[in-house]
Amino acid sequence: MPSTSSPTAPTTAPSTRAAAPAPKLPSVRKRKLYTLANPRKSLTLTIVTGLFALYCIVPMLWLVINATKSQQDFVSSFGLGFGGHIALWDNVVQVFTFQDGIFSRWLLNTVLYVVIGAVVSTFLAALGGYALAKHDFVGRRAFLLIVLGSISVPGIALAIPQFLLFAQLGITNTPWAVLIPSFINPFGLYLMWVFSDQAVPTGLIEAARIDGAGELRIFLRIAFPLLAPATVTVLLFSFVSIWNNYFLPLIMLKDPAWYPLTIGINQWNKLGSTAGNGELIQNLVITGSLLMIIPLIVAFLSLQRYWQSGLSMGAIKD
Amino acid sequence: MSRQLLTHQTSVSDVAADHQTLRKPKRRNVGLAFIAPFSVLFLFVFIVPIGYSAYISMFQNKLIGGKVFIWFDNYIKLFQDSQFYDGVIRVVLFTAIQVPIMLFSAIALALAIDSLRLHGSRFFRIIVFLPYAIPAIVSTLMWGFMLGIRYGLIGSLNKAAGTSFNPFAPETTMISIGVMVTWGFTGYNMLIFYAALRAVPRELYEAAAIDGATEFQIVRHIKLPALRSSLIVTIIFSIIGTFQLFNEPNILTTLVSNSGITSYYTPNMYAYSLAFTGSQQGYAAALALVMAIFTIAIAYAVQIKGMKNAFNK
Repeated sequence: MPSTSSPTAPTTAPSTRAAAPAPKLPSVRKRKLYTLANPRKSLTLTIVTGLFALYCIVPMLWLVINATKSQQDFVSSFGLGFGGHIALWDNVVQVFTFQDGIFSRWLLNTVLYVVIGAVVSTFLAALGGYALAKHDFVGRRAFLLIVLGSISVPGIALAIPQFLLFAQLGITNTPWAVLIPSFINPFGLYLMWVFSDQAVPTGLIEAARIDGAGELRIFLRIAFPLLAPATVTVLLFSFVSIWNNYFLPLIMLKDPAWYPLTIGINQWNKLGSTAGNGELIQNLVITGSLLMIIPLIVAFLSLQRYWQSGLSMGAIKD
Repeated sequence: MSRQLLTHQTSVSDVAADHQTLRKPKRRNVGLAFIAPFSVLFLFVFIVPIGYSAYISMFQNKLIGGKVFIWFDNYIKLFQDSQFYDGVIRVVLFTAIQVPIMLFSAIALALAIDSLRLHGSRFFRIIVFLPYAIPAIVSTLMWGFMLGIRYGLIGSLNKAAGTSFNPFAPETTMISIGVMVTWGFTGYNMLIFYAALRAVPRELYEAAAIDGATEFQIVRHIKLPALRSSLIVTIIFSIIGTFQLFNEPNILTTLVSNSGITSYYTPNMYAYSLAFTGSQQGYAAALALVMAIFTIAIAYAVQIKGMKNAFNK
């Protein structure tokens, strides 16, 4: 594997470094030199990694292919092959019209939960993380310890008591039951704390204070813009976790009008499979699933630069 | 704005000293005020529910007499409940097998991508990560349909080969769930390892190469040790995740029949069915608390063990 080419890499490395200041000659381009920073590519390694990539991508391919099939084709044709005709558009139209267009309602609910939840939780995490990094106050260490400890509390230990508590308060089966728990993101607070520590110069805060700026104004106008990379990361990961949340809305909501997409789609999936005489709508379940993941994939692909640096930040601090 | 600040700074620098000391007690309150919104909500969604569940775990709903205070009877009953043990043993076994496979794959992938020897490494990084963005409901539906024998690929393959392999037979369902979970989280862990590898100063590799180290030695003595703290973090988060296994088996029950998934298949599913179909909230709360303590204990054990190893080095 890579060992076949490795003996060449170490020996060429110093020589190219020595040659680096010399002007680039056209001959260099012809005979490629392998360095530590640019070693020879390994085909074997690429193929092995490719096998894993295949494992990752096949289910998504399956989803895309099967979203183009009508219900009859779905049942009768080979899983990774196309059906008789491309019914993608029909499926999409059906997804949005089935059961009086409840899919759009679920989509709107999801967007509502995601936008409010992610924005509020990220802002609270930024405010708290900044205060922990840049302000000294009573109980700071204890606060940090408890919040970080809470990261390892399993969701189940919280969700059921949360439900019982919310039931007492009469807010189950309302959007609040899904929104309020999503406002708290301990891991986001941790990331913001780490990042505030590094990215916000204390001198700048002092200078603003001297200038007479209020503390809230300093946070909003000076610190918050400097926290942008961490903010995008926390925002994106809250977005994903709320968009994908299944357990919490499952226990909190009974009224389909408040369902997010995750619960709604599973509801449709149940429709088809209940005891034979239900109408099978797997084509809608699959097309709905595809529509549901498109925004997530777009968000991840377009914001790559931010979340990759944000993740590395968390990984290095530990 | 900052330019304005700087000019001011020089003219009032000596006033600033007094100003600062005067402001200090006030600023302590500012810190408290800034964490207040988070703290209040945190109290409301974390601390109070945990306290509340500890409280109701000492009650039992009786048909006659309503709620009855029963001290620790729910806990005593739980420790004698074979259905509870069934679920616990299943998730512990699952964790013991799935987490090492997933983290080993994640490390291997991170090393492969970091080695710079892949064609199109950027492409691989994205593709391997993408499943993380897919909700459990969608991933379970996809895998459930694909592996299912009625509509899926396995069904077609069985037909073609004349076999009757069923990934959702009672003996194999857990393996299929493992395939789904590994699919969803390997990429996320890979990125954490990859970030740790990128943080290693490149000069270390150059120095090692000049000393004649082979690539294998560089991996063994520089790269793998650099992954230690990330490994501890990923192990802890993976254990927390797999102990809570719920979504996949819960969704599968409606997708495939005779899969062997019971209402007490995992501790989480058991707690859910106790609280919502059995209306035994007190018992469910006791179960949830015991699982939380169990999970935290194991997470701490991993952390302490990891730290000990680091000291021994």
